[in-house]
Amino acid sequence: MSVQSAVELKPVAAPDPQVVLAVENLSLDFRLRTEILHAVRDVSFTLKRGQTLCLVGESGSGKSVTARALLRIIDKNGAITGGRILLRGKHAEIDIAPLTERSRELLRIRGGRIGLVFQEPMSSLSPVHTIGSQIVEALRLHRRMDKAAARAETIELLRQVEIPNPEKMIDRYTFEFSGGQRQRAMIAMALAADPEILIADEPTTALDVTTQAEILDLIKRLQVERGMAMLLITHDMGVVAEVADEVAVMHFGRIVEQGPVDDIFHDARHPYTRRLLASTVKLEQNRRAAPAPTGEPVLSVRNLNKVFGGTPGWFGSATFAIKAVEDVSFDLHAGENLGIVGESGSGKTTLGRLILRTVEPTSGSILYRGGEGEPVEVTALGKRGLRAYHRDVRLVFQDPFASLNPRMTVKQIVGDPLYVSGASRGAALEKRVGELLEFVGLDPLSMERYPHAFSGGQRQRIGIARALALDPKVLIADEATAALDVSIRAQILDLLLDIQKRLPLSFIFISHDISVVRYFCDRVAVMHRGRVVEMGTAEEICTAPKAAYTQSLISAVPNPDPRHKRMLHRTRFRA
Amino acid sequence: MAAHTFIDAAPETGPAVTPLKTSGKAQSIAAAGQWTLIWQRFKRNKVAVVAGWIIIALYLIGIFAEFLAPGLPDTARPQFTNAPPQSIAFFVTDENGQTRFQPHVKGYTQSVDPASLRRTFVVDDTQVVPIGFFVEGPAYRLWGLIPSTLHLVGPLDPTDTMYLLGTDRLGRDLLSRLIHATRISMSIGLVGVVISLCLGVTLGSLSGFYGGWVDLVIQRIIEVISSMPTIPLWLGLAAAIPITWSPLQVYFVITLIVSLFGWTGLAREVRGRFYALRGEDFVTAARLDGSGERRLIFRHILPSLTSHILAVVTLALPTMIVAETALSFLGIGLKAPVVSWGVLLQDAQNVRTIAGAPWLLIWPAGAVVLAVLSFNFLGDGMRDAADPYEG
Repeated sequence: MSVQSAVELKPVAAPDPQVVLAVENLSLDFRLRTEILHAVRDVSFTLKRGQTLCLVGESGSGKSVTARALLRIIDKNGAITGGRILLRGKHAEIDIAPLTERSRELLRIRGGRIGLVFQEPMSSLSPVHTIGSQIVEALRLHRRMDKAAARAETIELLRQVEIPNPEKMIDRYTFEFSGGQRQRAMIAMALAADPEILIADEPTTALDVTTQAEILDLIKRLQVERGMAMLLITHDMGVVAEVADEVAVMHFGRIVEQGPVDDIFHDARHPYTRRLLASTVKLEQNRRAAPAPTGEPVLSVRNLNKVFGGTPGWFGSATFAIKAVEDVSFDLHAGENLGIVGESGSGKTTLGRLILRTVEPTSGSILYRGGEGEPVEVTALGKRGLRAYHRDVRLVFQDPFASLNPRMTVKQIVGDPLYVSGASRGAALEKRVGELLEFVGLDPLSMERYPHAFSGGQRQRIGIARALALDPKVLIADEATAALDVSIRAQILDLLLDIQKRLPLSFIFISHDISVVRYFCDRVAVMHRGRVVEMGTAEEICTAPKAAYTQSLISAVPNPDPRHKRMLHRTRFRA
Repeated sequence: MAAHTFIDAAPETGPAVTPLKTSGKAQSIAAAGQWTLIWQRFKRNKVAVVAGWIIIALYLIGIFAEFLAPGLPDTARPQFTNAPPQSIAFFVTDENGQTRFQPHVKGYTQSVDPASLRRTFVVDDTQVVPIGFFVEGPAYRLWGLIPSTLHLVGPLDPTDTMYLLGTDRLGRDLLSRLIHATRISMSIGLVGVVISLCLGVTLGSLSGFYGGWVDLVIQRIIEVISSMPTIPLWLGLAAAIPITWSPLQVYFVITLIVSLFGWTGLAREVRGRFYALRGEDFVTAARLDGSGERRLIFRHILPSLTSHILAVVTLALPTMIVAETALSFLGIGLKAPVVSWGVLLQDAQNVRTIAGAPWLLIWPAGAVVLAVLSFNFLGDGMRDAADPYEG
């Protein structure tokens, strides 16, 4: 493979005393069954004391593997094929790359000099030990503390990561912590040995926006206090703009561009970086000319409620109940895109399922006027009526992998609704499937393939083609772009908007991602704890929110511009 | 501040890979169905593939038992009781001192112990019994239909005897009996599993798909059945078979008894899979597409299960074989003239036989072990390959 020459804009500085870790020309291969994947190619960067380097890239770009290579925790079929990882200490520097797997130096570095925070705190914390005992262990191992001192230090660490009541929480188990608290505990553990370097691998991807903002604040504060060097891995350009000092953009195993954060955002040179930024920034605006709602709404939801549990138990005692959706009312007009945003647990997904009646509402009414003739009360529909309703109101799923049956060909998947409804069979069905695939931008000749032959974005297109098969009136998209990379996300949203231009469709777009909703929707309903706290046009909600909760939500969204960091002036919401 | 550097080239369109094998397989994998993928994964497990071939060989032996066996299983020759196995040799030296190719076995001389009057056989090197392939032998009907006298191997002269694995205490050829027993033992597992499969898949699907009280009732039934001690129950049921019944009737009743307890594990497995798949997005999608319950079960859920079910069935077969062997060994299963591995092992129940004629234990027991191990390896391999979309 030929190594492309890097164009130097400025001469390289002399060895910097601030540099704690230097990666030089690191290459890493994975041996797969039929091929060798060059996951990391010729990657060089440095980590400096008190500075944050963000490694940005889409899935499969090799960013996580690079970070794991620093600690030598790569999978068995992977091997470092070249380059050096120089860790500079007080006296000497160690090259991590050639160390043997179980060598004492390596064990001392892992968790001792380099701390690591994972994406998914639930699976990286032990479920059978208390949070405290896991941190105490790290302290005793790396800092040789006795039990009492370690416990005191653990409480201090938990206090530093802003866990309330650290004296009590130290003896709690992982599952007793909320998602954000778990990530805090994970950070406390990574900091236990007082490392010089902190590697955070997508530390906030599994968290809600407001929690993400708090965790980023915390990481940044601790880093500055302790003067650590930090390597933050993320796919979110917003997060990069908020916390990075320097940025390295990875694409298919190579760093295609790196430099100070301001240069990357305002003077991007590599086409890929520009594309990445363009698809991020694009979602910051709404180009839709919102049509004035005319005529009667297609769908009217009135006072919808859903209570989980709460039925009297076997022995007459009332059990614990959750109001997942509480008193929700809205109208959806023809050709309108309604966004429903909220954090996890806000009831937005349940609301979508209630409208489809895959979950039965406890009370309330859903009036559908899309079909011919009389408006239909959806909550009173029988089996047959519901089947007809499901032909008009379709769902696009979040997970493009789980929502397509892996054992059916694309033709069978997309054609299934046509076949079941008896709309077309045989050659007519094949023709219609071909049309649908072309409509969503896929090659009609690929209809004999199985879903595993397609990428995530392509699979989501297949899912959309299936939803469109029966000429629906309303599409409910439940986090339809959440599992996709940012550039693909923009493509899928554009596809949906394009479809809407050609077909008389209304969308209910459920998402936790405010920028996506802003780009796509005319009106937005903000949900919090089962209630709609605010409703208005997308522009109003995003620029001039009224409700306190919406204000805190909007202000927590990272802004992909390092010159206008949004997190510095966040409003916080306590309820 | 660090320098701003970048690679001055167009972005690449795909990950960098070096192919290990030169083959244009990508296209075929894209259009490969689940069975192709399963087969490709299965092929990588060499032990399972070998086990699969052994199983196929055992079934072929069972199917063509009459042809493969040198003799009939029930021909007793009292003059050759407990004769030791003979070995095949290929060259004979005649009176002129010339060596020529002639496959043969050596005959026996018998000596009678004057004190105990026990007869023992010793292989007599002077006596040569020429043998060959595709020889005329005792008449039989293949599958009870086609009359024939052709045997794969046997002595050239039908009046001669050849006991490659020795004889039992009535002077019957162990090899012929073992081959015929393969048919019975391997098929009893198969028939038993088919019955288990029907019960298990039906009840398991119902239980997993509907959940609620249906699930509750079926699961409690399964628990009650699997909590019963099997051996005493088998004993009781088998003892209730009337003596007057024909061996064929007994055979079917025994399979029924064995499979009556085999289905519970299968039902649980199917139920668990159903339970997991019921909540999958693609099932919800199919439901929203308007599929009825029957279509959901048969078109969307069961195809995802067939490979798992096959694997479970393969793992259930050996338990059936062992169960039959155990029943027959205890003398309450199949009875003469039907021969199964268990019936053969009955002959090896006392120490005297094992001391005097160890082949009566070694060969039938070896057959059971080989079959059971092969089924287990095959089943394990199939289970690992059953879900080609994971990992």
